[in-house]
Amino acid sequence: MGRGAFHDDSGGETVYETLRNRGLTRRDFLTFCTMMAATLALPASFAPRIAEALEKKKKPTVVWLEFQDCAGNTEALLRASAPTVKELVLDILNVEYHETIMAAAGHQAEKSLEDVVKNLKGQYITIVEGSIPLKDGGVYCCVGGRAAIDIVKEVCSGALATIAVGTCAAYGGIPAAAPNPTGAVGVSDAIPGLKVVNLPGCPVNVENITATIVHFLTFGSLPSLDKLGRPLFAYGKRIHDNCERRAHFDAGQFVRQWGDEGHRQGWCLYEMGCKGPETFKNCPRIKYNEGTSWPVGAGHGCIGCAEPAFWDKMAPFYRRLPQPPGFGVEKTADKVGAGLAAVTGAAIVAHGIGRVIAGGKKEKTEE
Amino acid sequence: MSAERKRVYAWEFPVRLTHWVNVVCILTLSVTGYYIGNPFIHAISSREYIMGWMRFVHFVAAYAFVCSVIIRFYWAFVGNRYARWGALIPHTSRQWKDLFGAIKFYLFLSRKPPYAVGHTAFAGLVYIIIFILYIWQIISGFALYSLSDHTWASGILGGWLTGVMHLQTIRLYHHLVMYVILAFAIAHIYIGWYLDSKERNGIMGSIFGGYKFVTGKEWE
Repeated sequence: MGRGAFHDDSGGETVYETLRNRGLTRRDFLTFCTMMAATLALPASFAPRIAEALEKKKKPTVVWLEFQDCAGNTEALLRASAPTVKELVLDILNVEYHETIMAAAGHQAEKSLEDVVKNLKGQYITIVEGSIPLKDGGVYCCVGGRAAIDIVKEVCSGALATIAVGTCAAYGGIPAAAPNPTGAVGVSDAIPGLKVVNLPGCPVNVENITATIVHFLTFGSLPSLDKLGRPLFAYGKRIHDNCERRAHFDAGQFVRQWGDEGHRQGWCLYEMGCKGPETFKNCPRIKYNEGTSWPVGAGHGCIGCAEPAFWDKMAPFYRRLPQPPGFGVEKTADKVGAGLAAVTGAAIVAHGIGRVIAGGKKEKTEE
Repeated sequence: MSAERKRVYAWEFPVRLTHWVNVVCILTLSVTGYYIGNPFIHAISSREYIMGWMRFVHFVAAYAFVCSVIIRFYWAFVGNRYARWGALIPHTSRQWKDLFGAIKFYLFLSRKPPYAVGHTAFAGLVYIIIFILYIWQIISGFALYSLSDHTWASGILGGWLTGVMHLQTIRLYHHLVMYVILAFAIAHIYIGWYLDSKERNGIMGSIFGGYKFVTGKEWE
């Protein structure tokens, strides 16, 4: 990774200059740097280092590719409600290509992507949203007449770094759910060997995108990743272990029905099928929509949207355990278990009766 | 039934010890594990700690169970002829004959009950399967435990499985195998009691004291 890629030697605005020109005070800027340090799970003493980096480094050029998606991550990016953060998110990046928000259209739009790939080779960041279909030569998702797989291969291979935002880009997400008719995969499966930062979630938390880029600008490297390519600062801890309702779990206070007393009291949603115990993300800490709320905070269990194959594996969303394979959808694991025990009991009773009868016969013949 | 019976020391102390530790652990793990999967007791006040205690007891019992399984595994190498792998894994022609004889007996196709000084071939095979299920429960259990316990022990005992299987799949089969083990326990007690009443060889008492009473014909 070129450490000096964004260093401002050749003119052009630094991140800080852009923010100041947009009317932000230095206090706002330092608040943002401190917030980023907190999101990256760094001590506050790192905030000056982040501030220094953002003051000196040129705004990173970003191309945002969309494939099989619902634009939900774009929405999450744009719906940052408090004006300062909205501006920060949009101004910190020099977004050269983004189909949903760019003014240009058609060939003009495609030209701006071509220009970035040609002129800024090895200097831009690619953000990918949506899964990439591989079946039948990738015909199920084409942009400007080109298959998604061809575009992503070309753009990502020349990028300084690739960030897959949202579960679809990270693992294939909902398009890849069974039976996966288009052969959809995430970026790291589409281009094996490419180093990808996965920021799964449906949608992604914008703070995690910003923090990943800020980390890159500050330290000149990508944040440390786990074996699924996720930054540890955001995906290192389980939702269950940082949940605001955790004390109710340990106490044994559970919501048993929507709208019951426990639900009104804000008790644990474990019995309602909350997948917090199997999902790794920092939702309880940074929440959504500028820290307004998040699913568990709003009284709905986690559905594990940031985990691989969540649509297939986390279902049913309102039960603890998945359906055992080979049984009807109404059978739960407990029913199967009870059935097994009943069969055992019945076999024993039948065997006992059978033996009593057989034993009686035998004694008679012996007599 | 006039043949003279001999008193044979079949089950050595470690065999009986691990058997009873397993009994206590399986019952404890099943009750607490069922609660963890489906919390049937509800706390009234936030000062209670029901799930906390259930999980604590489950984890302590799990460690005890691991130790018990390790001891039994070790004893299968150094114990007497009835405790060894050779007695559990059917490999001799006599064991295969005995195995099919037992299956015939349990299916009412024969009147000759399976009989051996130690395990019958059928029982030995079933115990091997149960032993494999124990190991699955340990690995899958520690895989789930490793989510909140980041120690090397839970990593080695099962944490690695989280990279191979989906967490929900691990959870489902950890839960379902409990029922298989409980079903085995019910059948195990019934068959023991049934053979005891049929053969009068002290099989039920032998797991307490270690001695069985056998006639000469069982000697190989």
